[in-house]
Amino acid sequence: MSQPATQPFIQVRDVSKYFAQFCALDAVSLDIELGQKLVICGPSGSGKSTLIRCISRLERHEAGKIWIDGIVVDDSPTGRAVLRNNVGMVFQQFNLFPHLTILENLMLGPVRARKMAETEARDLAMHYLERVRIPEQFSKYPAQLSGGQQQRVAIARALCMAPKIMLFDEPTSALDPEMIAEVLDVIEELADSGITMICVTHEMGFARQVADIMLFMDHGKIVEMGPPKTFFTAPESDRCKLFLSQILRH
Amino acid sequence: MQFIMLKFWALVPSSLIRILGLAGLFSLGGCSGNWGWYVVNPATETGRQNLAFLIDGLYYTIGLSVTAICISICLGLLVALPALSNRRAPKAINRIYVELVRAIPILVLILWVYYGLPQVASLSISVFWAGVLALAISDSAFQAEIFRAGIQSIDRGQYEASHSISLNYRDTMRYVILPQAIKRILPALGNQLVYMLKMSSLVSVIGMQELTRRANELVVTEYRPLEIYTVLVLEYLVVILIVSAGVRWLERRLETN
Repeated sequence: MSQPATQPFIQVRDVSKYFAQFCALDAVSLDIELGQKLVICGPSGSGKSTLIRCISRLERHEAGKIWIDGIVVDDSPTGRAVLRNNVGMVFQQFNLFPHLTILENLMLGPVRARKMAETEARDLAMHYLERVRIPEQFSKYPAQLSGGQQQRVAIARALCMAPKIMLFDEPTSALDPEMIAEVLDVIEELADSGITMICVTHEMGFARQVADIMLFMDHGKIVEMGPPKTFFTAPESDRCKLFLSQILRH
Repeated sequence: MQFIMLKFWALVPSSLIRILGLAGLFSLGGCSGNWGWYVVNPATETGRQNLAFLIDGLYYTIGLSVTAICISICLGLLVALPALSNRRAPKAINRIYVELVRAIPILVLILWVYYGLPQVASLSISVFWAGVLALAISDSAFQAEIFRAGIQSIDRGQYEASHSISLNYRDTMRYVILPQAIKRILPALGNQLVYMLKMSSLVSVIGMQELTRRANELVVTEYRPLEIYTVLVLEYLVVILIVSAGVRWLERRLETN
């Protein structure tokens, strides 16, 4: 499996992933250019989370290869380094560190992994807290914040590592309805800033706003892919039509 | 008021009251009023000396237990980490260590370390360090199980978040997982410290001058086992109640964080 001459920023080639007998990803291939915004949707168990978890190497794929910036993502030192320097991730359950304050949550990565000086890391953390509009909460613990605020802290925490690409794994699925907008606003702003982004979500209004490319997955395969305009108005596959009709009805 | 008193006594099984009453009667009858508190009476010179002799053992009991528990916590953590691996060999090492050490009675381990180890390893070992080593090894198996359970109770998302901000294994453990795990296992660690304080009495068999050994020696010269051992009981009671209160205070402090 050699690499094409002109390389997209992220290349996924024939990646398969099994959980015991269950095939979560079935030979998925995908290219993402720097600056592109990709939104992935699909029914649960379709492999959309697994795909971005394989890109961030939270899961190890059994077959195929993933390149980021021309470097194979694996357990080698270069593979780890390319992940470390490029990929940030936001989780459905926020996964903030409950025993650390908001500021400490944000500073931990820069100080320990990047060996940044504490004062510099503090400034960086405050900068991103302002960007997600909760600088006044810096001294609190995660449990003292609302779900929406926690998720914005999680976004700021990922941004502190200065990633070129942000992966969002259903960032609003664990939130109360009235908090979804504040998180999506922050992600939209982030998208406008030109960062590369892959977002798994069921928020179709948000997807329409943000996405350059929409992607529909089912049974571990990419079923439909295209710009949001055609994706929402004229999907080709019946499976995607059915899914969209169900999800857009409400 | 009387009603409340009645209600209180109703809660205590009557058979228990009868047994305790009989036991009290026999014990008092047995010494037929011959309590000889003079051996430990702080008002007399010999009483003071005896008391001081007994209480001086505290220094060794606490020194022994605290040193042993510090070592056993480090050792226990080292033994617990391989159990969290996905590979079979490290897991097996952990299992073998835990099962083996747990199977040896503490008293036997103390005797073996003091009398056996010098011959095997041809090194001389003091009574204190033999006691510390035996207690620490014995306790480390339990510590390992406590740490393993504590670490495994931490949500997988914490590891994933650490991975996503590029922390390596050591930093993930040190700054994310262990601080949370230790908070959860603190009551169990407190229990182990209390257990260790009590088990340190066994080190008296190899001649360690701790609380129990001193009580034994005093009994031999004074022939007042009842009074001297009662003082011994009270000494352990006071130390352990203080330790328990300390652990609870620490727990509350951590909770408010």
